[in-house]
Amino acid sequence: MLPKDQLTIVLREKFPEGFIEITEFRDMLTIHIRGEHVLKLLRTLKTDPRFAFNFLSGITAVDHLEMEGHARFSVVYHLLNQHEARRIVVRAWVHEEEPRLPSAYPLWKTADWQEREVYDLFGVEFTDHPDLMRIMNPDYFEYHPLRKDYPLQGRGERDNFKVVKRSIGSKWPSEKGFE
Amino acid sequence: MTLEAKALSTEKMVLNFGPSHPATHGTLRVIVELDGELVTKAVPEIGFLHCGFEKLGEHLDFNQFVTVTDRMNYISPLCNNVAYALSAEKLLDIKVPKRAQYIRVLMCELSRIADHLVQIGMQAVDIGAFTVFLYGFRLREKIYDLFEMVCGARLTTSYTRVGGLMRDLPENSIPVVYDLLDRLPATLKEIDGLLTHNRIWLDRTRGIGPISHDEALSYGLTGPLARAAGVDYDLRVKEPYSSYEDFDFDVIIGQNGDVYDRYIVRMYEMWESQKICRQVMDNLPGGPVNVDADSKYILPPRPEVFNSIEGLIHHFMVTMENRGFTPPVGEAYVPTESPNGELGYFIVSDGSREPYRVRTRPPSLINYSAFPRMMENMMVSDAVAILGSLNVIAGELDR
Amino acid sequence: MGVDRSGKVGWLTTTVDALVNWGRKNSLWPMPFGTACCGIEFMSVLASRHDIARFGAEAIRFSPRQSDLLIVAGRVPIKLMPVLTRIYEQMPEPKWVISMGACASSGGVFDTYSVIQGIDNFIPVDVYLPGCPPRPEAILDGLILIQKLIEKDSLHHYKVPQGEGAT
Repeated sequence: MLPKDQLTIVLREKFPEGFIEITEFRDMLTIHIRGEHVLKLLRTLKTDPRFAFNFLSGITAVDHLEMEGHARFSVVYHLLNQHEARRIVVRAWVHEEEPRLPSAYPLWKTADWQEREVYDLFGVEFTDHPDLMRIMNPDYFEYHPLRKDYPLQGRGERDNFKVVKRSIGSKWPSEKGFE
Repeated sequence: MTLEAKALSTEKMVLNFGPSHPATHGTLRVIVELDGELVTKAVPEIGFLHCGFEKLGEHLDFNQFVTVTDRMNYISPLCNNVAYALSAEKLLDIKVPKRAQYIRVLMCELSRIADHLVQIGMQAVDIGAFTVFLYGFRLREKIYDLFEMVCGARLTTSYTRVGGLMRDLPENSIPVVYDLLDRLPATLKEIDGLLTHNRIWLDRTRGIGPISHDEALSYGLTGPLARAAGVDYDLRVKEPYSSYEDFDFDVIIGQNGDVYDRYIVRMYEMWESQKICRQVMDNLPGGPVNVDADSKYILPPRPEVFNSIEGLIHHFMVTMENRGFTPPVGEAYVPTESPNGELGYFIVSDGSREPYRVRTRPPSLINYSAFPRMMENMMVSDAVAILGSLNVIAGELDR
Repeated sequence: MGVDRSGKVGWLTTTVDALVNWGRKNSLWPMPFGTACCGIEFMSVLASRHDIARFGAEAIRFSPRQSDLLIVAGRVPIKLMPVLTRIYEQMPEPKWVISMGACASSGGVFDTYSVIQGIDNFIPVDVYLPGCPPRPEAILDGLILIQKLIEKDSLHHYKVPQGEGAT
């Protein structure tokens, strides 16, 4: 694979509008790109023989509400080239007002559930996803819990259920009706 | 009177498995659409065990979260401990001593044996053979005993710390490890004798739920499932971590990607794990199991804390709320080969003592997402066999 | 004689009680509602070393309608709570509930938005097992506690309540 500065030149030429920058931390390159261009970038990384990242290892997201970033949310793709055992990270940045970006489902089927998970936990929408609905939380859940403005203990979702009492008798000696 | 050959018209039927069903290993729900006995569509519903692990990770510091990783994959908790510690260490740029790396390898491989024993046992129970489970569990109890000796707990081990291990292998555990490794072949042969050439087992598993090489890659399958489909990728060999490059072992590759091949891959992997364990024990280097105590990543030894003011201050510096070590702003992801496949923690740090974001790459979730594909054109009774072969662990699936 | 509406306890009741309780306590049919780590420890109890069959409770039934001991093993998130309630309601009387492990009893380390902070908020529990997860010996101990509870039981206590609250 190309080194960092050459990769920057190639990608800047190929994606003049979408490309933001490439950063490096502990030997791992991260390509930053604007959300709407991510599918084109992923397709290039998958099909171009210079990159040949044939395996999508994971999709997740980070909410940058309390941390510096290019926008509020970044959707993170971990790609793997299995021939050379090389990895790269793609970060697609989406704004809070319209958290929407194209789905990677046409390239890798594993994107299906992982994008549903990102949608459920962060509220980032994926266009052209075959079946975008909540996966972890129940359908009636109102919030997106992994956003930074949602409290750890929740907003009372866990306290509101039907209470069942013993229907006949009582089994503990301390309770009424047992000698 | 003539009988007309007329296709029997059937209506499609929708059947609901779970979420509380003996074959669903915890809390899975599958809605299957049937045409007679043929499955035309299977839709899994998950999230019944979603506990907010990742949210919790943002509120616990690096060493506290190790205890929570146990609860994520409760069949092989040590692999999760190690995966988290590796990511945190990469973020902090620490290199742990060789002895700690070797002990981690030993523990991971024993966990792999324990995991595969339970997986094969439970799959056999689902298909109708109870004996394998009992035979496998007999050895698993021995492994539990060893874990208890080393970590103090049978299941929730919490053995790793950022920068090393909770403690060294106790002296008396070394003969126990050898004893365990000596007993393993007998158990494996027993299971082998019960299942590998068993007519019923073959009929129930061969050709069931096949998945091709390319589809395995597209669905992101890793671990025994991918290797059964012929994907030659083992992270221990291709991207070695924790000194795996020092050991000599083979990667088991299947051909057909069906349930039987997955079983065979797992069976032979246990033999390979046993080989690795022996190599670790024979070449175990001496020295400390933690990074240098002056680096402020690890707690000082107990007597020092109780008997000297420096030790006490050191202890406070690591554990107190507004102290502790802080990584630089950045992110790290170290993939490891857990018994189910690629497991790694993606940690984003904003420079404070708690991670900003922790994400697990859950092999169970990603492997399970290929379940609808595997169920195509299978019988309803095969659902149980396929589900068993995926070894879906609900804690890791839903997090 | 025996069980009557007046609430008096006759000699026949106590004799029948002793017989019924002896039968019941030695043939509990557990329904394991195993969700997480505790479910794996429950598997250990079933297996050869700890062998729950010594206490007559090896007949594991995954159908609530055939069982009389519900063992809630593991954390119960919000998506699962309605399922648990339904399973409890489907079990025939008399029934007992073991809340196994810290998560089922109190939420454990998971003080998060989606985990129920103790199932006893919503369903009745007879025995709580501490531990994360409890050792197999603790599970057997919990089973013995349930057996002691059954020993003290009487048919008399299962009089169907009249009027309000009757189901």
